[in-house]
Amino acid sequence: MMVPDVEFTSYYGRPVIKEPVWEPVDVPSYLFLGGLAGASSVLAAGSQLSGHRELARVAKVSALGAISLSAVALIHDLGRPGRFFNMLRVFKPSSPMSVGSWLLAGYGPVAGAAAVSEVTGILPPAGTAATLGAAVLGPAIATYTAALICDTAVPSWHEGYREMPYLFAGSASGAAGGLGLLAVRPADAGPARRLAVAGASAELVARRLLIRRLSATPGLEASGGLAEPYEKGRAGAVLRAAEILTVAGLAGAVLGRRRRVVSALAGVSLLAASALTRYGVFEAGMASARDPKYTIVPQRGRN
Amino acid sequence: MSSDLGLPDPAAHAGWADHPPRMGFFTDTSICIGCKACEVACKEWNEVPEDGLSLSGLSYDNTVGLGASTWRHVAFIEQPVAPGDPAAGMRWLMSSDVCKHCTESACLDVCPTGALFRTEFGTVVVQDDVCNGCGYCVPACPFGVIARREEDHQAHKCTLCYDRLGAGLEPACAKACPTKSIQFGPLDELRQQAALRVEDLHAAGQDSARLYLDDPSDGIGGGGAFFLLLDEPEVYGLPPDPVVTTRDLPGMWKHVGIAAAGLVGAAVALGLGKRR
Repeated sequence: MMVPDVEFTSYYGRPVIKEPVWEPVDVPSYLFLGGLAGASSVLAAGSQLSGHRELARVAKVSALGAISLSAVALIHDLGRPGRFFNMLRVFKPSSPMSVGSWLLAGYGPVAGAAAVSEVTGILPPAGTAATLGAAVLGPAIATYTAALICDTAVPSWHEGYREMPYLFAGSASGAAGGLGLLAVRPADAGPARRLAVAGASAELVARRLLIRRLSATPGLEASGGLAEPYEKGRAGAVLRAAEILTVAGLAGAVLGRRRRVVSALAGVSLLAASALTRYGVFEAGMASARDPKYTIVPQRGRN
Repeated sequence: MSSDLGLPDPAAHAGWADHPPRMGFFTDTSICIGCKACEVACKEWNEVPEDGLSLSGLSYDNTVGLGASTWRHVAFIEQPVAPGDPAAGMRWLMSSDVCKHCTESACLDVCPTGALFRTEFGTVVVQDDVCNGCGYCVPACPFGVIARREEDHQAHKCTLCYDRLGAGLEPACAKACPTKSIQFGPLDELRQQAALRVEDLHAAGQDSARLYLDDPSDGIGGGGAFFLLLDEPEVYGLPPDPVVTTRDLPGMWKHVGIAAAGLVGAAVALGLGKRR
């Protein structure tokens, strides 16, 4: 028999914590684009080293494009764009946003140099160095955003900190691989396919592990624990759609080895899945901040 | 400098070599009369803008919660004295809430610009000329204290009247409180007084009296502002067992590092992979 949820009291049903003031388009977009950029740099280096020139070119350009757009989303969200440079007046390891700002300041120019050298043909050795540098910094760009959202009092984000980086790394790889599958014909897209398959698989596993851990929240087992916001309402619908698209993209990537259309559709599916995953995770956190039960009951369970 | 109670010294930790004792609030809700003089005095002294003029319908509480323009908030709870026994009548709990000035302060930890800083009094204050409006402190606070103001897109909260402390004055809310429900002073002295007050209340039969955030071993290292409550914290809108989010940050960075290393490994694997 299922044990019912623990009863709890609150102050007129009002939330205990403040919900994030981040804009619901800017920040999920930032998470998605940062992931796409970082994993594209991984794909660029891998493709270049294995001699997939066209795919390397596409990945370098998409890394630069995605990181530029993500910077726009970030600065727009600040509300005081003129003060973006205040981000770089200190370096604080205790603040994932500070670490991320410095990573962005380091990664952006390197990814840019890799793309510019590739497109213009200027200074190929420097371009190669930049490509390799971006493949080291890119993974940090793609994953630090997990710490960014988990290092808050938002219950369904914070308690998911052990799985979120892998979910984000998988989602980012799926997106970058997907873009490669979309842009390059299947015969030349081998690395994109392998990255897409590995990323989508990792994402599906990480998501299951996240839900499993959060479902077991003491006192809230009956209603799904801190996983409930990921499974209910708008966030739940978005994340279900993302999972279906991930599975479809994974299948298409495997089956579309020789079929351009299947391969491209798989790429579109994986890109959409990654964007929806970030949006769904963002919305789930917001929902968990709004309802005091997610803050109060797990804390009661600790006593 | 260290206290004889062995309290943590956040000001020294923040680099203040020679500093005054850690100052704080002890809010004894058992003698709060709900007059809201604290709310008004805070607004007047700190020139905090208007925060809404509507009636909430939630007992006498019309500010409803702490926010960017509400730095003291008086909560009102109407509840039966004995649940299930209407003849016992009702009681009215009132409590003036405020920023806790945590020993381990999440808002300060996550602030990417250094706008939030630890003062020589051990309190936590936002510098308006540095805050760039990123809003990261808002969901970091386990109490929902700090918030971003729509008008200027900057974070604001109680400063424990940093300007008044520097001039040797007590904060405006404590000065205005007519019952001494809000007490201001060196934190170690306040903790001693609070312990005595709880003993007195227990001796008088007020068994539900308990201290909240007075313990340096709790999840925020103890509050620079702490409370005497007459019911569970969540009844007042306070979290029952808050833990500063940054305690888990090393674990977060570990998992981020492993995930990132996996992606670097993917680049290597792809690079070594087949040509097709």
